[in-house]
Amino acid sequence: MNFSQLQIALWTIVRKEIRRFLRIWPQTLLPPAITMSLYFVIFGNLVGSRIGQMGGVSYMQFIVPGLIMMAVITNSYANVSSSFFSVKFQKSIEELIMSPVPLHIILWGYVIGGICRGVLVGTIVTAMSMFFTDLFIHNWFVTIYTVLVTSVLFSLGGFINAVYAKSFDDISIIPTFVLTPLTYLGGVFYAISALGPFWQKLSLINPIVYMVNAFRFGILGHSDVNVTFSLIIVTLCCAVLYGIAYYLLARGSGMRE
Amino acid sequence: MTDALVLRDLSKTYRNGFQALKGINLTVPEGEFYALLGPNGAGKSTTIGIISSLTKKTAGTVEIFGHNLDTHPSLAKQQLGVVPQEFNFGQFEKTFDILVTQAGYYGIHKKIAEKRAEHYLEKLGLWEKRNIQARMLSGGMKRRLMIARAMMHEPKLLILDEPTAGVDIELRRSMWDFLTEMNESGTSIILTTHYLEEAEMLCRRIAIIDRGVIKEDTSMKSFLNQLNEESFIFDLAEPIGPLQLNIIGVKFNLIDSNTLEVTMDRAHTLNDLFQLLESQGIRVRSMRNKSNRLEELFVKMVEKNLEGEAK
Repeated sequence: MNFSQLQIALWTIVRKEIRRFLRIWPQTLLPPAITMSLYFVIFGNLVGSRIGQMGGVSYMQFIVPGLIMMAVITNSYANVSSSFFSVKFQKSIEELIMSPVPLHIILWGYVIGGICRGVLVGTIVTAMSMFFTDLFIHNWFVTIYTVLVTSVLFSLGGFINAVYAKSFDDISIIPTFVLTPLTYLGGVFYAISALGPFWQKLSLINPIVYMVNAFRFGILGHSDVNVTFSLIIVTLCCAVLYGIAYYLLARGSGMRE
Repeated sequence: MTDALVLRDLSKTYRNGFQALKGINLTVPEGEFYALLGPNGAGKSTTIGIISSLTKKTAGTVEIFGHNLDTHPSLAKQQLGVVPQEFNFGQFEKTFDILVTQAGYYGIHKKIAEKRAEHYLEKLGLWEKRNIQARMLSGGMKRRLMIARAMMHEPKLLILDEPTAGVDIELRRSMWDFLTEMNESGTSIILTTHYLEEAEMLCRRIAIIDRGVIKEDTSMKSFLNQLNEESFIFDLAEPIGPLQLNIIGVKFNLIDSNTLEVTMDRAHTLNDLFQLLESQGIRVRSMRNKSNRLEELFVKMVEKNLEGEAK
């Protein structure tokens, strides 16, 4: 396939992914908007007014970047895991395997689909947050890069989950038992500098801490960890997961006999 | 002229040790309409699975229009369209979208893809269903959708794995017309089917696979010539009593007073037979083959293999 054909193939997969999550918007776009609004009302307004300041800003301002990032993480992951598992389940993955589309294009097609949903939901949550607080961007590059690289990372995670999944239950185990606890413990609702030394050190093995803090730095200019180090860590994690996802796709795990 | 498909020493052993293919060799010339037949579990679907990249082979090579599937997968896959046995499209996708998406996987521009989708949906009687989700289509419509999808990149080689299974006779005939038209316009076709009259009517060459081995690979005509005897059923104009005819190479079996079964070898012609019946004062209203000729040969071949194995 020449470059133009590769572009068409990539855009075809992305368009199919976007069409899918827009078609089922009450399951994909509406729930995070409602959930995050509740977080803003309960944690930001009601509880936050009693907490006062955190990290040098109001509690509401403090949790906004974390909640946006939480939406990006869960939606990027869920999009690829459910979509790729569905095509496996319905066997329509065979359309792609039989076609001349290179494996890198297939993988990027799904990852970009995950990014699109993650960024769209992140934008919706950002818009919702503006009803509750003012939002200014401290560093555009860090903000955008963090969102994109985080979205890539969790899209790849969702892809790997879908490759191994044998039932729809299998694609909800990781989000429920791994992703949600790591996100809640990743500094979304609190500054890790407020923890004791042991818990601070333990928090540093949670990769979500780096993403939330880098994103918070991009928006508020405040971070509990070194931002450059955070971005390097997340980028490296992306490279590792991409390698694993590509290997599984090339091996045809769960897709070819 | 390049061969449409060349299989060399193709073998497949599954993880449980079952050897589905035992080094098969097959050459399908360009423009051919080929029947790939075999009993259930013979290795037909495994062969198609390997050609379409859905099944990993254990050994051997696959070449599609001269392009090796291992070394030049992109070029090889561009030439190939496959209609699998099981429905394998997104059930929640609209019919039209399935076709346009399929074309996109082959790098075909959306505008061209939309025109082709319209053409094939109309051709296969699905245009009215273009905005319907695939899961809402009937079984026959889903089969036609799979054929339309396989044609979207206009492959030079089309493989159909039991495309008419569970399809009513009227629809089956319209599919035959479509496939004949495709073949006449230059598309090489390989067909697997359990309807042997379908294979006899459509295909010019035949390969029979059994227990992972190609048992026959010849023209349909020469294969049918192997049939030593043929059975006919005669509907008689008037009832007759028991027959006392002893002719070498011809067996008579009076099914009832108005129905006569005659089995005769190739040394005799139908003219001989009608002369004989005329001399006996037997008048025939109509006649038909007892069973399809290809079916007779196929069943005999499979039975022979089974007997050989039992010994």
